[in-house]
Formats: sequence, C-alpha cells, structure tokens
Amino acid sequence: MHEASLIHSLLSMAIDHARADGAARIATIGIRVGELSGVVADALKFAFDAATIEGSAKGSVLEIEYVPARVRCASCRTAYHPAEIPWTCPECSAIGGDLVGGRELELSFLEVM
Amino acid sequence: MCRNCGCDTTTAATLPPDTENREQPREIRRIDVARAILESNETIADANRRHFDDRGMKVVNLLSSPGSGKTELLVHTLSALRGKRRAGVVVGDLATDRDARRLAVSGMPTVQINTGSVCHLDASMIRRAIDVPEFDDLELLFVENVGNLVCPAAFDLGEALRVVLLSVTEGEDKPLKYPSAFSWASVIVITKVDLAEAAGFDRAAAMANLRAVNPSAPVVEVSARTRAGLDDWISLVLRGVGTDGRI
Repeated sequence: MHEASLIHSLLSMAIDHARADGAARIATIGIRVGELSGVVADALKFAFDAATIEGSAKGSVLEIEYVPARVRCASCRTAYHPAEIPWTCPECSAIGGDLVGGRELELSFLEVM
Repeated sequence: MCRNCGCDTTTAATLPPDTENREQPREIRRIDVARAILESNETIADANRRHFDDRGMKVVNLLSSPGSGKTELLVHTLSALRGKRRAGVVVGDLATDRDARRLAVSGMPTVQINTGSVCHLDASMIRRAIDVPEFDDLELLFVENVGNLVCPAAFDLGEALRVVLLSVTEGEDKPLKYPSAFSWASVIVITKVDLAEAAGFDRAAAMANLRAVNPSAPVVEVSARTRAGLDDWISLVLRGVGTDGRI
C-alpha cells in the first residue's frame, strides 16, 4: 500500500545517481524486491508508470528482480526457501527459523545515457 | 512536508536539461547502485536511535491491525506507570486526534500524527513529532503506529522494541497470513484474552502459528480490561529501563 511513496524515494535516488554520473537520461531502473518485502510488484509498476509520465525519469523502464524468501532453520541451520507456512525445514522437518533473505527492497542498477 | 508520502522532500529531484545533439545516438551505460530504497528512512531512523540513546529513552513501536487494542493497552499501561515513570506517546492515524485524546487522559505527553492517506509512520515523522520540550526528558516513548499489518513493518523508526499485537477476535491464523509483520516483532502481545472463550480462540493453534513465523519473540497474553497479564507486559517493556524492569 505504500508503493507510491517507495517509488517517490526510488526516483529521487535514481535521479541523484544519474546526475552524479553526468547522465542526460535514465533508460532503465533496476530494482530487487524480496518476496516478504511487503510490496506488490504490480502495484510498484502502476505507481512507477504514474510517476514517470513527466519529470526527469520520463520514459524510463522499471526492471524488477524478484528475490525469493530464505529461512535459516532454527534447529539444524539449513537455509531453505519457505515454500509453505508454517516454515518447515526440508532437512530436519523443524518448524520455524530466522528470515535471512526476502525483505530486500533496493535500487540495484541504472542504465543511463 | 510532501503531501504524497510524508517525506521531507518539497521539490522533485531533476536531471539537468538535455542539451546534447539528439541526432547523435547515445551510448547506454550501466551504473551499479545496490542501495536500499528506504535508505533515507534508515538514515533518519539511525539518527533517531542515537537521539533516544543519548537521552536514555527506550522507544517502543506498536503495530497491529486496526482494532486490535493498541490504544486500550497503552491507556492502561500509562495508567499503571503514572507517577512512577516518565513516559510519552506518539500516535499515528490517518485522521482525527481521538486516540491522542484517549491517551492524554493519562497526563503523559501525547502527540498525534495525522498521516492523511499514508499507511504507516516513517522515521522523519517521528523526528518531527519528538521535537517538543515535553519529550526531552522521558524514560519511555510509546509509538502507536497506523493500524495496518503490512506497511509499517517496512519502516524503522529508530525504536528499541518492536511489538506486534494479535487480538483473540482476529483469529489464530493471522500470523500465517501476515508473516512479515509477525516475524519482524521483538515482542508479541495477544490482546483481549478475556474474550478468548466467546471468540472460540484456539490458543494452542495461535501459539504454533506465531512460533512458525517467529520462533523467539516473547509472547505475553493480556486483557487490558481485566488487567490480566498487564504486569507481565509492563515488566517486558521496562526491561533495561531504570531498576531491573520493576515499575
């Protein structure tokens, strides 16, 4: 639900980096979105399209890399993708663990010209 | 403040005007960035944390669905701490100061943040809210986040303790449906336990579901109305504040 404010932050960061690089235009904005980051890719795309109708990022393309969640088993420390809830370790069948990946929400790269 | 997202930005960042000859095709080059999109929030949250640490102030961020009993829990918590601890509250809602009015009855300093259409509190909102003299000399600051189990979990405010509430009337499967919020918690409070029987609350299933997404956070069971469990909750909150967690 906070996708619009995330896109606002993303565009400020992207434009700052592009400007520091002396770029005239941003062609692509690449982001990484974790499975448990709490944001929805479609809503991000929608907000991005709305925010880039005008402004310095006009015409740029949003490229989303999806990062699956990873849990480290509380018992045997195996890292696995929690495909089901409750999180169940494929090695030792223990329930639960620490989330070690899948919360990512980052500006990964830009393509500029 | 920005009307869209509550950020500090008043003007959009821009690139300089493109003056190059457009007839010449330009080369595309890649810039690797790898920075968190919420980096600016995290920077402000870290500054907030230093501000709180410098003053010996423990900050507790409370998160739940709307109607889980955050305000009621705080009303009774503040009442128990009155005259014994210097506590204050920042409360976030989309609109109205109703919660702040309920909490102000405690006599403790209370600030309401109205977020407009924004679904969460962020670190800059907290930074502005605490910039009042009443908040300079507190031992405890409670932050009642916007009622929402999704977005607030993504925004660090600089707090020491992250508390997620689950009321018995919401059903025991809520931790499984909102794993990001419950896995983020450092303390989990089950509220309205006086209604557990009437609501058909399956306590064992709720605990199993909580443990599935958060194996280690302490779980306290509270009824603000009957005061059951309130002392356990308060001693958890007071851990590290003053003398050995006691009121």
